[in-house]
Amino acid sequence: MAVSTVPKTGVAARVEPVPLTQADINVADRIAGTSIFIAASALLIGVTLGVMQGLEHVGINLYVYVQPWVASYYHGLTMHGVLNALVWTTFFIVGFFTFAIVRSLNRPLRWPRLNVLALIVMVFGLLLAAIPMLSNNATVLYTFYPPMKADWTFYMGLTLVVVGSWMAGWGFYATLIAWRKEHPGQNQPFIALTISITMALWQLCTLGVAAEILFLLLPWSLGWVSGTDPLLGRTLFWFFGHPLVYFWLLPAYISWYAMLPKQTDGKMFSEPLARLVFWLFLLLSTPLGFHHQYADPGIPQAWKYIHAVLTYGVAFPSLLTAFTVIASLEVGARARGGKGYFGWIRRLNWGNPSYAAQNLAMVLFAFGGIGGITNASFNLNLAVHNTMWIPGHFHLTVGSATTLTFMGIAYWLVPKLTKRNLFAPKLALAQAWTWFIGMLLMGNGLHLLGLHFGAPRRSMLGSAPYASADWNPFLYESVVGVIFLSISATLFYVVIVGTLFNRRLTVPIEMPIAEPLDPTPAPKWLDNWTPWLAGAIGLVLLSYGPMLYQLIRDMTMWSQPWRVW
Amino acid sequence: MSEHEQDAIVEDGSSETAADQAGHEEALHVEAPQETASHLHIDRYEAAWIRISVGVLVVFMIAVTISSFAIGIQLPGVYDRINPNELYEPGSPFAEPGLRELAPGKYEAYFRGQIWSFVPNEIHVPVGSEVTFYVTSQDVQHGFKITETNVNVMVLPGQISTLKHTFDEAGEYQIICHEYCGQLHHTMYATIYVEEDAPVADAQ
Repeated sequence: MAVSTVPKTGVAARVEPVPLTQADINVADRIAGTSIFIAASALLIGVTLGVMQGLEHVGINLYVYVQPWVASYYHGLTMHGVLNALVWTTFFIVGFFTFAIVRSLNRPLRWPRLNVLALIVMVFGLLLAAIPMLSNNATVLYTFYPPMKADWTFYMGLTLVVVGSWMAGWGFYATLIAWRKEHPGQNQPFIALTISITMALWQLCTLGVAAEILFLLLPWSLGWVSGTDPLLGRTLFWFFGHPLVYFWLLPAYISWYAMLPKQTDGKMFSEPLARLVFWLFLLLSTPLGFHHQYADPGIPQAWKYIHAVLTYGVAFPSLLTAFTVIASLEVGARARGGKGYFGWIRRLNWGNPSYAAQNLAMVLFAFGGIGGITNASFNLNLAVHNTMWIPGHFHLTVGSATTLTFMGIAYWLVPKLTKRNLFAPKLALAQAWTWFIGMLLMGNGLHLLGLHFGAPRRSMLGSAPYASADWNPFLYESVVGVIFLSISATLFYVVIVGTLFNRRLTVPIEMPIAEPLDPTPAPKWLDNWTPWLAGAIGLVLLSYGPMLYQLIRDMTMWSQPWRVW
Repeated sequence: MSEHEQDAIVEDGSSETAADQAGHEEALHVEAPQETASHLHIDRYEAAWIRISVGVLVVFMIAVTISSFAIGIQLPGVYDRINPNELYEPGSPFAEPGLRELAPGKYEAYFRGQIWSFVPNEIHVPVGSEVTFYVTSQDVQHGFKITETNVNVMVLPGQISTLKHTFDEAGEYQIICHEYCGQLHHTMYATIYVEEDAPVADAQ
């Protein structure tokens, strides 16, 4: 994929490619290593708190032992959500992308200082948000719905994390644009293109949460205005909230499409279609946020219905992904001697922890995807909205498809960055399987609790007076899952920390880049940003414009700030 | 069409001979490989999968549309707004919320969500009653989910949420707050008693 030499085309005004030096690589890798280190540290705290939540649900209250560090179930839950869903994901993604775009383009970062500054801004934002969060002054969960009010530094800090990630994205765009000038007539390399699409999607959708924070929450939490409008706040949040999940997912898709086949001797099946998939995500990820607000008052059913249709639309590229990725892996398994309709599955590279983790993540994502289509299904959503079904769902998606894939990536990326052998690959393999089993059990238990009993999410169920004995089998199932997951998380950190102190790398590692099966390049319309970007912005204006106009026109700043913890 | 016109078409390049085309493509391969592929090649099985995927999504959409607009399983929509700071003003239905009988078997029930309870915290209705719920919050966001029913709605300060349900089976139904609303969120619930031939009594 990464093309270092270009056939002479004789086109005038061609810019000479800038060679990638070891110094350039070091800059990118230091940014990547630092980001991923912060991400993994956040996840360590986040999963520990998750285990405490799972145990509380079956009546084992560990919060009494961690006073005042974790003041309450909800204090822990806030940190669990922010650290896992926002910090672990965003920092890992920025680090992974910084590493990968340089390899994909075989070109230094265009503005390395901007990417360094981006990371500094993100870290500063994280520290600023961490102060109120750790000191129990922002126990508002990671959705921070007004009129529950956190300390203003919480909102400010999260904003800076997002702004830092924007700056990282600008650095990637600049690098890709420079590459295009140096390689006229060539398609953008797949990984660099999809990284840039992911960051563009992020840029577009985070405008919603940025508007919520800058225009509603910050002035209000600083006391400059006395009231706020909760419905408008929710709407702006969910403008961002659903594409957020694609921001988590697309980096995993990039690895599944363009790296994982290589890790099992496969090739990319229909590479042009894979490009189309990412363009469709750019086009369709944002204009559908009302499907998180099906149960909200104040938003007409008609708009919810339009967003439901668009949500089905965005399911389509994921269905395409299911086919294409599996076909790419099958190519590898057959090259490795696999036979039969299903027999080839055994010949996939199951012995490699990086491969196994990502393939298992994919299997869990199949269940997560089916559940997601259920959630998206308009009035069917009433059966599961805000029940335990929802955490069941997103632990299979962001908690597995994304997180287990990132762990799998870490099994080649951390040795690459640290120039040390992966510590105890067998333990890493056990980590992948225990995560898989743990999430299956926990995911199943939580889904059924929500579906059968309407058990609410975000609730200290072990102390809830309405909890029924009928819930117990499912709660116990999920807590067995939690035990597997805590073993898995422990193994992950043993492997990663062990790697940091392991022997020097014996065999050099390169980023896996799968070749396309059919070398015919994608058609030009799949290499052109303008129609897709314009379409994405246009669809957002059409699907959000009228309703946002109304909500802003009718805005009522009635709600005073509340501290309820 | 005259021969002359046909010649013109050939010269336009829109119907080159096979040999010309092959030579042309080869040249392009050397110079600018991208130009050869103008359309997207899709594998046969993949094309079948695409058709199935689109078909499945269309069927789901039709099913959801029918259940919603023909069978009438409705989502909450727009009803009315109310200032959360004026819930106790005279004339506000949320000053003294509770159950009101509109006609035999038809009720409306007003609930006020507040940290960390619903007011009223129980209502009693006879089997077969159709109850329209009106809910708002006087403080932060809450949730309003009646177990074993499709009544599931967010409760926001400033907005009145409404949904309707007919209780065809006797029993105890719990209204559970399913949006985090603070330290004792998990204790916030109310109960609906659906009773056989019971006298309608509104607690509180």
